[in-house]
Amino acid sequence: MSDYKGKALSWQIVNGAVELALHREPCNEIGSLALEELERFVRALPELAKTAHAVIIHSTLAAGFSAGADLRELYHRSQAMQKAEAARGVREFLERIHAVMNAIDALPLTTIAAVHGVTFGGGFELALVCDIIIADRMARFCFPELRLGLIPGFGGIPRLKRDLGNAVVRDLLLTGRSFNVMKAQQIGLVSQIAAEGESLRVARATASQVGKFDRATTAAAKAFLKPIPYDELKREIDIFCDLYTRPAVEEGLRKFVENEGPQPYLP
Amino acid sequence: MPTTENTLDEILTLAAAHFKVPREKLTPDDDFFKALGIDSLQALDLLTRLEHHFRIELPDYELQGVSDFRTLAQRIQSRL
Repeated sequence: MSDYKGKALSWQIVNGAVELALHREPCNEIGSLALEELERFVRALPELAKTAHAVIIHSTLAAGFSAGADLRELYHRSQAMQKAEAARGVREFLERIHAVMNAIDALPLTTIAAVHGVTFGGGFELALVCDIIIADRMARFCFPELRLGLIPGFGGIPRLKRDLGNAVVRDLLLTGRSFNVMKAQQIGLVSQIAAEGESLRVARATASQVGKFDRATTAAAKAFLKPIPYDELKREIDIFCDLYTRPAVEEGLRKFVENEGPQPYLP
Repeated sequence: MPTTENTLDEILTLAAAHFKVPREKLTPDDDFFKALGIDSLQALDLLTRLEHHFRIELPDYELQGVSDFRTLAQRIQSRL
């Protein structure tokens, strides 16, 4: 399928690049609907790869690239189940999203995340599977999971460790603080900064450049440069699931979901 | 180094311009969520603009519970 229009995301081929647009209000939270459509995208990729040389992932929403996992859906679904059943559901969700992330990570095409605004948690992890992150001046990044008693669950820690120095990773993870694009470029996460609202245009120019090269060479270089840390990714799921069953996590999620103040509940 | 009053004035001017609120309607002790009519995502946008403007890093946890311009200015001043 060369193009698709879904509720959470859509894709089309533009000038030889697959453009995957995220457009689920309020800020592309990744829950069961987004997961199903991401799985559909991954199933379509072998066919898309026959005519495309690059993939660009971006958001059409003003709020940002993605606020990450849909914590409200996670909390409400868990409340409707027995604890053991909820834990199994979380593991199944994580295994499915990891399969999606690993498939995009391993693509023999050049993948580009064009991000702006909120790029948090699972949204940040989706950007991290891409080969190149291009961020607009107003992009803001964060792994807030520890503030709710969890760790990133969509492959964030192994992929951050792959790309960044461990001291920086510890600061970002253990404080759960958000940071701007200047910091992101300084630590080596973002390679190109675009003016406000221009990240997709810059990503298209970058995709056009990589399209000039021999595809087999690009695929070989990418496989050499960017090994996928499968063992650590599996370990991450185990650690997340162990932490998820603790009462402190349920309490943190409850406060986050029920908070009606102007600032989110993030200790 | 600018004084806290200078910093406060720059914050009010930047916020008024970006969120299209008359500058003269903003006062240092206003709740900026109410005065600017913004939500938490727009507050992050304001934080990012202020970081760029003052060329600082201001971790969001330092702003937990902060909702008035004067305290915001003090937090920024401590990073200049």
